Amino acid sequence: MNPLGEKYLRKDFLPFLFCPGCGDGMIVQSFLQAVEDLGCRENLAMTAGIGCSAWIAVYIHADVLKVLHGRAIPAAIGLKATQPSRTVVTFTGDGDCLAIGGNHLLHAARRNIDMTVVVVNNQLYAMTGGQVAPSTKVGSKTQTTPYGNVEKPLDGCKVAAAAGATLVSRWSTAHPRQLIRAFKNALTHKGFAFVEVMSQCPVQTGRYLLGSGSPQFNFQWLKDNCVAVKDTSQRDEVEAQGKIPLGDFLQVEKPEFMEEVRRMNERVKEAKAKGGER
Amino acid sequence: MGNEACAEAALLAGCRFFAGYPITPATEILEVMSRRLPLVDGLCLQMEDEIAAVVAMVGASWGGAKSMTATSGPGFCLMQEGIGLAVAVEAPCVIVNVQRGGPASGQSTSTAQGDFYQARYGSNGDYSIIVLCPSTAQEMFDHTVKAFNLSERFRVPVIILSDEVVGHIREKVCIPDADQLAFAPRKAPTVPPEEFVPFKPDADGVPFMPAFNTGYRIPVISQAKSLSGNRGNAREADENIRRIVAKIEDHLDEFADVQVYGDPKAETAFVTFGSVCRAARSAVDMGREQGLALRSVEVKTVWPFPDTLVRKALAGAKRIVVMEMNLGMLQREVERVIRQPKIKIELFSKIGGIYPQPQEFLRFLEEKR
Repeated sequence: MNPLGEKYLRKDFLPFLFCPGCGDGMIVQSFLQAVEDLGCRENLAMTAGIGCSAWIAVYIHADVLKVLHGRAIPAAIGLKATQPSRTVVTFTGDGDCLAIGGNHLLHAARRNIDMTVVVVNNQLYAMTGGQVAPSTKVGSKTQTTPYGNVEKPLDGCKVAAAAGATLVSRWSTAHPRQLIRAFKNALTHKGFAFVEVMSQCPVQTGRYLLGSGSPQFNFQWLKDNCVAVKDTSQRDEVEAQGKIPLGDFLQVEKPEFMEEVRRMNERVKEAKAKGGER
Repeated sequence: MGNEACAEAALLAGCRFFAGYPITPATEILEVMSRRLPLVDGLCLQMEDEIAAVVAMVGASWGGAKSMTATSGPGFCLMQEGIGLAVAVEAPCVIVNVQRGGPASGQSTSTAQGDFYQARYGSNGDYSIIVLCPSTAQEMFDHTVKAFNLSERFRVPVIILSDEVVGHIREKVCIPDADQLAFAPRKAPTVPPEEFVPFKPDADGVPFMPAFNTGYRIPVISQAKSLSGNRGNAREADENIRRIVAKIEDHLDEFADVQVYGDPKAETAFVTFGSVCRAARSAVDMGREQGLALRSVEVKTVWPFPDTLVRKALAGAKRIVVMEMNLGMLQREVERVIRQPKIKIELFSKIGGIYPQPQEFLRFLEEKR
């Protein structure tokens, strides 16, 4: 077994439930490499929702709370709130995070809570058999858009940034070095970090959206259709070509929620001790 | 105020995380907690909705804190998936439902008792849950302490099914010193991490619970699970579900509470829960003055329904009238428990938001005779 797997996987839970050719195993590896490099395993508290990508967290031998569809972010907030020193990471998918859990994403980003949200984007609902998601391109035929999708997709990175996330990156499973670096940035960032990973799903995305269930084809598709960019103008250009821009889009320092709460508590307690603020 | 008494009790019981969303008539609990929790190094969060509130509470519970939320009907609907989650991941927590009129938005400022069955059966699948029904501000306090203790004891969400009258009533509450109260501790693992089996139950059916980041590296999933915490096969899922039901139902004697007010041998008995107990007590007193012997059977722990205690409290009664502010929910349970061909379980039902007067109870006895 890969030494990272030997050290970090919950071996009694193997084999993975991921289909052959799935990108989730690659994300497990990239994430574990980041954890190994940072040495942050004991502090790790993970949450996950429902969907293939949610299982990424379960195979990692660390504390994990896998909850309901879309609810991984509030569960993470509960864990962070009870012990702010935790390194809280949420594994979620495009449907889990942007559809059913969209409201929670907005408000956690707005609060700039110190946590990392990893969104695995395979452009549709895969676990349920290939239905349209908020990330699916216009025109795509899925099990629930048999005549082609008429809805515009949502860009999770832009939504997170607009809502107040202080770190936003998007990479793909075909960019492991950049992905590991993005994970490390996110895990050490003080604030709400949003890392989207474009990932191949040969079984659903490949067969229904891209025309081939071959893992090689799907991986090559990511290489051909994801373009790393350096700045915003390039990003628009890449999007105009119908391709997916990748990059470290945003990293800024802003007051973090739990820090602000701690300061407020201290201020209030001090005032209370002096007989002031009730 | 009942809602304030509830918040005081939670703080005293050691609650250090509260997540809520404003909703009439439960908002005061969130308001008090937001004022008080910072003073004891706790955290009160007003979330984006009740779904987030209940799930954050489950996260905080696994994070190691005693946790709570409070809501009313429409919010209680949203919380149902999270209540099922708390049941499945066996997270101790307390959920207060200060009932108002329903369905949907119903009557936001008026009292009702229509969530009787929702409190028990609102989430999907087979499960068991504990539901306590206070009828005074003092009981809002006492039941909240009890709710935290039972939730820790059985690793189950405990629901305090209050209503607008009890939540908003202003009356005397005695708050004992903390050292006069007993608080159930969380059942911590007794073996080191390498020997620990995450969902292996103790003899009483309740597994041990390590908090996150204490070295146990525990997998907690919302699926029906094996003892190791992985998705269970058919046999493991069967055992898992039967266990989380049995750990509550097998220990009903530990916490079931049914009280009798008035003449315990009276031939005419009321059966009540929640705020209606108050009007029933007055009716019993008024009856006594008129030479009419009455007893009022007050069901304090409505779920799991205390069949044996209710049967005992109603022994010898010739006429049984269930008094409630819904269209006959408690009545159905009493009908299930009391199966005597000669006794019809009668119903005095008041809905629409006006709290019943004791005179109405006595009039009912007269007119329906």
